[in-house]
Amino acid sequence: MTRQRLAWAAWAIVLVGSLAAVKALNDSAAGSVRHDAGTAMRFGFALRESARSRGVEFVHQAPTFDAQLAHIMPQVASMGASIAVADFDRDGHDDFYVTNSGEGSVNRLYRNRGDGKFEDVAQAMGVADLNRVDDSRGDAARTFTVRGSGVSMGAVWGDYDNDGYDDLFVYKYGQPELFHNEHGQSFTRVTERAGLPRWSNANSATWFDYDRDGLLDLFIAGYWPDEVDLWHLKTTRIMPESFEYANNGGRKYLLHNRGDGTFEDKTEALGITSHRWTLAVIAADFFGTGYPDLFLANDYGVPELYANRGGKRFEEVGRTAGISTSPKSGMNASLGDVFNDGRLAIYKTNISEPGVLVQGNDLWVPKADAGEGAAEYENLASSLGVDLGGWSWGAQFGDFNNDGTQDIYLVNGYVSAGERSSYWYDFAEIAVGHSAIIGDAKNWPAMRGRSLSGYQRKRVWVNDGAGRFTEVAQAVGANDTFDGRSVAVADLDNRGALDAIVANQKGPLLIYTNTVAPGRHWIQFQLEGAGTRGGSNRSAIGARVEVQWQGKRQVQQVAAASGFSAENQRRVHYGLGTADRVDRVVIRWPSGRTQRIDNPQVDMLHTIREPDAR
Amino acid sequence: MPADTPALAPMRGAGAAQRTRRWLALDNRFLPPLLITCILLTAHLSFGILESYQRTALAIATAIVAELVMGRLTYGTWPHLASAYITGISVGILVRSPFFWPYGLCSLISIASKYVLRFKGRHLWNPSNFGLSAVLFLAPDTVSHLSIQWGNVVAPMVIIWLLGFAITWRVGRLHISLTYVASFLLLSLVRSQITGTPWPATVAPITGPMYQLFVFFMITDPRTTVSDKRWQCVVVFLVAVVEMVLRLNEVIYAPFYALFLVGPPALLIETWRRSRSIPNV
Repeated sequence: MTRQRLAWAAWAIVLVGSLAAVKALNDSAAGSVRHDAGTAMRFGFALRESARSRGVEFVHQAPTFDAQLAHIMPQVASMGASIAVADFDRDGHDDFYVTNSGEGSVNRLYRNRGDGKFEDVAQAMGVADLNRVDDSRGDAARTFTVRGSGVSMGAVWGDYDNDGYDDLFVYKYGQPELFHNEHGQSFTRVTERAGLPRWSNANSATWFDYDRDGLLDLFIAGYWPDEVDLWHLKTTRIMPESFEYANNGGRKYLLHNRGDGTFEDKTEALGITSHRWTLAVIAADFFGTGYPDLFLANDYGVPELYANRGGKRFEEVGRTAGISTSPKSGMNASLGDVFNDGRLAIYKTNISEPGVLVQGNDLWVPKADAGEGAAEYENLASSLGVDLGGWSWGAQFGDFNNDGTQDIYLVNGYVSAGERSSYWYDFAEIAVGHSAIIGDAKNWPAMRGRSLSGYQRKRVWVNDGAGRFTEVAQAVGANDTFDGRSVAVADLDNRGALDAIVANQKGPLLIYTNTVAPGRHWIQFQLEGAGTRGGSNRSAIGARVEVQWQGKRQVQQVAAASGFSAENQRRVHYGLGTADRVDRVVIRWPSGRTQRIDNPQVDMLHTIREPDAR
Repeated sequence: MPADTPALAPMRGAGAAQRTRRWLALDNRFLPPLLITCILLTAHLSFGILESYQRTALAIATAIVAELVMGRLTYGTWPHLASAYITGISVGILVRSPFFWPYGLCSLISIASKYVLRFKGRHLWNPSNFGLSAVLFLAPDTVSHLSIQWGNVVAPMVIIWLLGFAITWRVGRLHISLTYVASFLLLSLVRSQITGTPWPATVAPITGPMYQLFVFFMITDPRTTVSDKRWQCVVVFLVAVVEMVLRLNEVIYAPFYALFLVGPPALLIETWRRSRSIPNV
C-alpha cells in the first residue's frame, strides 16, 4: 500500500509538472516576451511609415461578386492587393505598380521621382483602367452590355522581348493582360497578339526562362477554375472540395515565348497538370541542374514542386523532396539563405489562429547531404522560430539591418470587420465538412460582419545568424494591423537600406522607410543578361549571386514573382555587418555562364552585364 | 507421457482446435487497437493526415513507456499495453502542432492522469480525452486538434464508420456510439434552428475522422463509462447536450470538453451509489 501511495505521489508530480511544462512551452513559442516600441535600434534598424509623405495615397478596393456569394463575400473577395517593383523607365530609381480590385477602380503605377517622392503615372502610361466587369452603355432607347474583363489580382514585370525595358503582365480574375514597355515612355497593350488565355482566375504568375533560350516564358497559376465567372455564377458549387485535399482549383498555364511577341501554351505537353488552388509561385533552380524549377504554394492542400527536366518536361516531385507531406493553406513562396551557407530555403506561409487552427508556417531548408541533382527538404520553421505568424500572407526575406543575415518581413490578417465578433467557429465547423458540404457556397454560414483573424500584428523576424529568429515588429515600427496581403522589399532611395512596401486588402498602401544603424556596410548588384542567342534574358531572372566575405557566403537569386502577389526590386542586396571588404562575388547566369568578381567595392550598387558569349 | 500416444491424439487435436478458435476469435482487447491502426494507416497512406510519422511515433512511444513504468512501479506487474497504445495513437492523430513536445507531453499527461486521478480504484477520465483537453486548453497558440477530411471521397469514410460500428458491436459498445451519433445529428438540427446556420454546416464536423476517433475510442472506453447499459446511453446523450451548449458558445473543441465535463461526474455518481448499496459488514 505504501508502495502505491509513493507511486501515486510521484505520478502526481509528473502530471502537474507536465501540465506546467505545456503552459510554459506554449507561452515561449508564442513569443510572450514581446519587444515594445521604442527600442528599434537595439535590433539595428527602424521602420517609419511614410507613404503619404512620399506622395502615395492609395486605398485598395475589393470586388463584389455574384449575389449568391453575398453571405461570405469578405472571404471570397479577399485578395487583389498586390505590389510589383521595377525600374520601368531605367532611371536608376525603383518604381512600383499596385493593383486595385473594385469594379471600375484603377491600378496605379508609382514612378519614383528620385527625390523620395512618387507620382502616379498609370493613366498616362495606359495601365490604370483594367478593372471592368459588365458595362452598360447606350441611351434610353437602346442599351447594351459590354462584357468586362474582370479585376486585377496582381502583376509581374519581365522583359519578354529583351529590349532592355521590363514589360508588365497583370493577372486577374478575368482576362490577363500584357503590356509592352515602350522604352519607359508608355505601354502598349499586346494581350491578344501575345495569345494569352481568354480568362483565368489567377492569384499568381511569374516570368522565368524554363528552356534557357534567353527568352522569358510566362507561368500563370489559376486559383478558381477558369470556367467560373465570379460575377455570373451558374452554380454555387464552386468552393474547394476540401479544406486540405482540394484538386478542383484553377488550371495552370506555362506559356512558351516564341520570340516574336507571341506565346504558345505548352502546359500539358510539359507535364504540368495541377488543378490545385495555387496562391503563390516561385521559380528557382532547386536541384542544381541549371534549369529553373517551380514551387507552388497551394491553398487547401499540399504544395507542389515541379522539377525541370532539362527544359523538356516538368515532373512533380514534392513528395520525394519531402515538402508535400502535410496539407495546409499555402499562401506565400519566397527564398532565403537563412544560414549563410548557400542553401536556399523556401518560406511558405499558412494559417495559425490560437485556440482553433495551428498549421504553422513552413521553412523548407534543403538537407545538406541530399547529393548533386537531388533535393530533400526539412521543415525548420519551428526550430528557427518563424512558424507562428497568424493568418499569414506575403513574406519576404531581406537583410533589413545590414548585419549580413537575411531577416523576414511577414504580413497577415484575413478579414478585419467586427472587432468583438469572430467568424472562426463557423469557419472551423464548415472547413472539416465532407466535399459534398464544403464544396457548396450555400452551405457556408453567413459572416454577418464578423472578423476572421482580423487586426493582426505583423511579424518582422530578425535573423541572429546562429539559427534563431527574434520577432521585433512592434519594436522596429511595423505596427499596423491592416489586412496585409503583399509585401515587397526595395531600396527606394538608393541608400543601401531595404524599405518595405505593404499592400493591404481594402486598406491603405504603406511604405515603411528603413533607417539602418550606422557602421553597417552593404553591397548591391543590378544584373543585366546579354539578351542574345545563347545568353540570358535581359532581366537576368534566374541568375544566382553568391557573395563571399569574412569566411561567410550568402546566395540570392534574381526572381520575378516572390512572396504573395509581389515582386521585389530586381537588384540583389547584401548587408555585410561591419565588414568593409567583399572577397568575391560569383554570378551564375541563367545561360549557365559563371562570372567571378574579386574585391568589389562595398556600400555601392554595381551594375553587372553578362559577358558576351562570343 | 509420449507425445504421440494414440489415446491422447484426439484430445490434443481438440486442444489445438480450441487454441486455433481462440486465436481466430481474437482477444477483444486487441480489436480497438487494430481498428485505430487501420484508421491511421488508411488515412495517412491515402491522404497524409499525419503531421509526421516521427510525431505520431513519439506519442505512441511516450504512452507505452509511461504505462510500463507507472504500471510496474505502482502495481509490481507489467500492464497490458493495448490501452496505452490506443492513447498514444489517438494523441498522435488528434494533436496538430508544428512542434514535437505537445505529442510527448500529451501522451505523458494522458497516462499519468490514469494513475493519479482515481476514485475508489477507478480512473475518472478517459486518458486521451484528459490529455487532449488539457493540452488544447493550456497551449492554444501551439496546439490544435485534427480538423481535416477524408480526402474528397466518400468510400474511406463509409468503410471506417462501418468497421467501427462492427467492432463496437463486437465489444458490446455499439449502443453508446449509436446514441451519440443520433444525438449529435438531432442536436445539430436544433443548433441550426437556433443560430440560422445551414444544417449541412452544423452537421459537417461529424463527417471528419476526428469524430470517428471520438465516437469509437473515447466515449466507449469501458474503464471510464458507467456500467449500466441504459445509463451509458443517458450519459452519452448528456455529452452530446453539453457539446451542443459549448458549440452554441462557439467553443471549437466542444466534444472533448463535453466528455471531459460529463464523464467523471457520471462515474462518481455511479461509484457513490454502489458504495451505498453495499451493506456494511
